[in-house]
Amino acid sequence: MLKPLSPWIAKAVVALVALGGAALCSAQDPYLQRFEKEITVKVLPNGLTLLICDRPDAPVFSYTTFVDAGDVDDPSGESGLAHMFEHLAFKGTTQIGTKDWSAEKVALAKVEAANNAYEAEYLKPVGRDPKKLVELKKAFDAAQAEAEKYVIPNQFTEVAERNGASGLNAQTGLDSTQYYWSMPENRLQLWAWLESGRLEHTVPREFYKERSVVMEERRMRIDSNPIGRLVEQFLATAYVAHDYGRSGVGWPSEVSQITATEAMAFHKKYYVASNIVVTIVGDVDAKKDLPMLENYFSKVPGGPKPEDMTTVEPKQFAEKSVIIREATQPFYIEGYHRPSYRSPDDAVYDAIQDIMSNGRVSRLYRSLVERQQIAAEAQGFSPFPGEKYPSLFAFYAVPLPGHTPEEMRAAIHKEIDKLKTTDVTDDELAMFKTRARADLLRGLADNQGLANALAEYQTRYGDWRQLFLQLDRIDKVSKADIRRVANEIFIPSNRTTAEIDFQAPAAAAKNDGGAQ
Amino acid sequence: MNRFLLTRVSRSACLCAALAALLLPTVSPAQQANPWDKIPIPPLHAFKPHQPIRIELKNGILLFLQEDHELPFISGSVVIPGGSRDEAENKAGLVDLYSMAWRTSGSQQMDGDAMDDLLAQKAANIETAGDVDSTAVSWDSLKANADQVYGLAMDLLFHPKFSAAKLQLAKQQEATGIVRRNDDEGGIASREAAKLVYGANSPYTRQPELATIAGISVADLKQWHDRTLHGRLIVSISGDFDPAAMEAKLRATFGGLPAVTPMPARHDDFHDPTPGVYFINKTDVNQSNVQIIGLGTERNNPDVPALSVMNDILGGGFGSRLFQTVRTKLGLAYAVGGGYGFSYDHPATFRVVAMTKSVSTVDATKAALGEISGLTTRPFTEVELKRAKDDILNSFLFRYDTRDKVLAERVRLEFYGYPADYLETYKAAVEKVTVADLERVAKKYIHPDKLAILVVGNGPEIQPGLDALQMGPIHPIDITIPMPKRPAPTEKKQ
Repeated sequence: MLKPLSPWIAKAVVALVALGGAALCSAQDPYLQRFEKEITVKVLPNGLTLLICDRPDAPVFSYTTFVDAGDVDDPSGESGLAHMFEHLAFKGTTQIGTKDWSAEKVALAKVEAANNAYEAEYLKPVGRDPKKLVELKKAFDAAQAEAEKYVIPNQFTEVAERNGASGLNAQTGLDSTQYYWSMPENRLQLWAWLESGRLEHTVPREFYKERSVVMEERRMRIDSNPIGRLVEQFLATAYVAHDYGRSGVGWPSEVSQITATEAMAFHKKYYVASNIVVTIVGDVDAKKDLPMLENYFSKVPGGPKPEDMTTVEPKQFAEKSVIIREATQPFYIEGYHRPSYRSPDDAVYDAIQDIMSNGRVSRLYRSLVERQQIAAEAQGFSPFPGEKYPSLFAFYAVPLPGHTPEEMRAAIHKEIDKLKTTDVTDDELAMFKTRARADLLRGLADNQGLANALAEYQTRYGDWRQLFLQLDRIDKVSKADIRRVANEIFIPSNRTTAEIDFQAPAAAAKNDGGAQ
Repeated sequence: MNRFLLTRVSRSACLCAALAALLLPTVSPAQQANPWDKIPIPPLHAFKPHQPIRIELKNGILLFLQEDHELPFISGSVVIPGGSRDEAENKAGLVDLYSMAWRTSGSQQMDGDAMDDLLAQKAANIETAGDVDSTAVSWDSLKANADQVYGLAMDLLFHPKFSAAKLQLAKQQEATGIVRRNDDEGGIASREAAKLVYGANSPYTRQPELATIAGISVADLKQWHDRTLHGRLIVSISGDFDPAAMEAKLRATFGGLPAVTPMPARHDDFHDPTPGVYFINKTDVNQSNVQIIGLGTERNNPDVPALSVMNDILGGGFGSRLFQTVRTKLGLAYAVGGGYGFSYDHPATFRVVAMTKSVSTVDATKAALGEISGLTTRPFTEVELKRAKDDILNSFLFRYDTRDKVLAERVRLEFYGYPADYLETYKAAVEKVTVADLERVAKKYIHPDKLAILVVGNGPEIQPGLDALQMGPIHPIDITIPMPKRPAPTEKKQ
């Protein structure tokens, strides 16, 4: 509950343009100097960025492929598409996972046609023919069965795992999609073949079954989880225009209707080389290995970097709230709109988060948990749910038995008001700055964590050095900055709240496992 | 860049942590012309894991020193034998409360709040923790503050305060967990499945209740501390230090203590669950959590290397039979996996888990059961064996690729009385596993008729119902949270 927060918390602050002068003091940072020697960055002719960090402590490496596209980029009516595509990236390529790609390709085209025919009938507003629907479903199932004959299931991941892949996984956020694992160093070339291959030769294999799997993922994370349900509604309420308000895993009616054609169109637009950074950290020799890596990754299709979303969330002018009444223990969350990571105040938000939330010395812990004894946990966090676009600064609290969301709200507001009216102490500000630096250093110990962070900073700032240079901007945060920012955003008309109020079930439900 | 509790992150590959213990192989025809088979795999760079220095003091206390000068930090821990399985039944929750209040109360010289302030200014940590078989104090700081932080941690170890106010705070936290425990479907399922194997009041499964934590006093915490502190402590330090100076410092702290009193050996009864179908109704979910559960074994069982290969084939990851069938072929689950478990000093559980939409509960359960029975009826192939062994052996390196992992493994082996070269002998044994071994262990350990099936799900939505499994009557399990006679303010939940 009170573990130190993520080492990458203290993130950057200012847009690239503002960086020139700030670099001086951290240029002498011994760790930045060391990494300058260990890191090689190469932008390939197709636009893909390769970043190699040579750390030969053990004969292993970790990698992250960071695609600057996530569920915020899902086209209208296709929420959940980026995540659906991420699942597809584990299904193999034209060269792996198939017994005969040319035959499979024909079969997959038939699957697509059969699905289109079925869905056209299914979605008819009037005059849907149930008999025809059954037939079309049968045809669709038959087309899938035909295509499956050519599939060698899970061969891509099987080859990776047999060759020692550890921690193999991916995650799709609203802003980005990341693929990663660790491997023995003597498999570097094999990895380069696998990873560049799935960026280059993606195929819509077993798409419709995987869609069912993703629906199960939605049931697990959102529908069957009280906090999942609450947060989905919270975000949908906080945003009226920007797609940070849209379900990331996808609204059921949309994610269940995504087609393979749509997924492949998403791939074509967003998985272009200029939108991808690949970082490798570990026992890799940039001089020796770079030509081989370039050879593989230069085959990823080039193309213009897709435009960022242009919708801007309009200024909120009225407080909004969500109340879920159900037989679940109470919970409270609220959020205020804040600017994106490129705001000059980004480090100020980090400071507020640290002072309000980090550990047992934090203001919310000391006030709600220790002194008032109304909550088991209380924290503020930001940016949420993304960082690339204007986001939220959120607070949540878990009431102790017998205490209500209303009390959480009042207690949080009292602490926020203090931020607005009184300067934080010298000790609090110093603590934030010291911890930001130490947490950054602690994070350097882990190859995978470092690979993720370097990829993210390289993508967001065009320069991995910002991972270290952010400390300059953190050092510049003043008490006045904190008061100013708190007064700017923590106002009622900029607030959305969401809570669960316990309500006893109406009657005892039958408890027989559906038996009849 | 922040990753928070509430951040929605969709993990594609990941099963629950509990399931992801091992990786696996799959069934597909060997092909000669595979492009990836042509890629050279050179010999791995020479590597010898850096072993910590081990020192056994005359009194029996163990010291491990792991130098690592990459970053300017020093961290350490003292592991103390004895955990929640050793607490009295009517004081369930004692170790939870102890491990919270120990740190938050602080020491005789410095109370917990002052310690919090001091450590936060230095970006340092001292924490205490409790587990089923041990408790621990651990610390971590920049090298520059290491002496002071070590002093504070030792003060906390030898002169703890245990204040009534902080015990009260810990009780509130614990009570919050108790009243909320039925909100989480996965939590209900894993907890109740374990009870079906070990028994509801077993030292391994009994749960803290509002009544049991109410009866725990400051004196109980002190008594627990004094009792366990005489055990065989294991002290481990890692980071940027000089080993000779560190050894001298640790000897000065621990060398003068009396000879350790080992924890008495436990004599617990373990038996198979009562077979049958068990059900817990939860009407606010649309997905069933299915747990197929039985008794597992101990890690020192010589069949464990063969069992771990079998687990890899059954349910470790993407290529496993369970994943291939229930997720990839049938599309019935996002999370599916499991295997025959082994713990270091007591039998673990056999467990297969699948989460599936309400209407496919019976189908997914049958499919998972089919793969379990298949272990004894569907012959293992050489291809499966090879792949499973490749999975395990080629990723073996990641058990000791950092100095901290090597240190943690050595402490673990020492704590449970395993030889220091356990990983090497285990690896050698995995290399020797044959198809005949797999068949032998599957016959010996896999008994579908001895397994229990637990479903947590939305009863009215589960159609066909669980009776369609045709495995006898369905036994409902009551998970109502017992409330004390003087009603606590929060309402009772199902």
